[in-house]
Amino acid sequence: MLYVEDKVNIQISNASSDPIYLQIKNQIKASIISGKLRAEEQLPSIRYLAKELRVSVITTKRAYDELEIEGFINSVQGKGSFVSIQNKELIREVQLRKVEASLLDAIKGAELAGLSIEELKDLLETLGGVEDDQ
Amino acid sequence: MTNNAIEIQNLTKNYDGFSLGPLNFNIPMGCMVGYIGENGSGKSTTLKAILGLIRADSGEVRIFGKNIKEYKPTLMNRIGVVFDDINIPGEMKVKEVGTFCKFAFDTWEETTFNHYLKRFELPKEKKIKALSRGMKMKLSLSIALSHQAELLILDEATSGLDPVVRDEILDILLDFLQDEKHTVLISSHILSDLEKAADYIAFLHNGQILFMEEKDMLVERYALCSLDHETIQNLDSDAIVGRRKHAFGQDLLVIRDLMPAGIEMVKPSIEDIMVYIIKGEENESIAL
Repeated sequence: MLYVEDKVNIQISNASSDPIYLQIKNQIKASIISGKLRAEEQLPSIRYLAKELRVSVITTKRAYDELEIEGFINSVQGKGSFVSIQNKELIREVQLRKVEASLLDAIKGAELAGLSIEELKDLLETLGGVEDDQ
Repeated sequence: MTNNAIEIQNLTKNYDGFSLGPLNFNIPMGCMVGYIGENGSGKSTTLKAILGLIRADSGEVRIFGKNIKEYKPTLMNRIGVVFDDINIPGEMKVKEVGTFCKFAFDTWEETTFNHYLKRFELPKEKKIKALSRGMKMKLSLSIALSHQAELLILDEATSGLDPVVRDEILDILLDFLQDEKHTVLISSHILSDLEKAADYIAFLHNGQILFMEEKDMLVERYALCSLDHETIQNLDSDAIVGRRKHAFGQDLLVIRDLMPAGIEMVKPSIEDIMVYIIKGEENESIAL
């Protein structure tokens, strides 16, 4: 069985201009969006997270509070914080739409440069690191 | 039910040439609070007054909602105290300390104490007077953690200890704080590694609390930057909190939100904030 610690990687950088709570929030968010953390999965407690990262409890609480406001997690009094169920699909959807929008931009750009869709696909595969079979 | 571990109201104490207070602040339950200030700013006096070890001239201190003067014997079981000096006869051996403490605390737990002795690798056969400073400090902390205390008060306990020991102590304090009813109040003139984990910082200067705030807020509000004299002339004067002038420019502690875009700023440490705020005052008095 995988422990939740194996699914959430959190690295705090003092050199970053982002406040620490934001760094924590974004990294947990990334784990949720990527599906590493599944719906209903329990997150580490704010006190445990603060202890492990050696940051203030206020910092970890703020990260969780904002994740809750944005619908990524639910906190149940006395039980802990869990990855939200309903919004999981929504989050994927939002992410998918972002990808679609970026691709549409790329297609427009390709048209201007006179690239065919076929050539664009090749380019995408190269950039995405897909090996050419032939 | 109060959510404060300690409540301090209008606390004052006057000595010849030094007066503390009036102090008004609370220590929220479940938090680590760093009580910082220069040497002689009144930190130890405050902590002693909180514990009822010295008589305040006026004001009231409540611990867990109870007046310390009235409930001192019962409250002391719930408070773990680690001071600069250990209050145990020097001839006593480490292994005898447990027996000694059994009489001092109704809630004494011998097994917990032995667990900490082992964890800290304290030599049981050694006499207290033969222990190094670091060992005495670890012994003090072992005692403080072995009578079911819910509040730990540490006075300059980690200054003068090497970084490895301070690191161990930080881990112990963070373990202690896993219980949300537990509170740590730690005074220091050097916070360094401990400041990372503090939730609130109370800053004492010349016997007055300059601020008692969430550490995150402080670190976000202030920023450090190095600028040339000309650029500084064009800044909003409210933006500058403190400065260090040198021959080639100035280092500034500024309020981040009041700074124009495009100036490179870095996050300050709590020590930076402390030094610049005190220096800032001195600079103003020179300007007058």
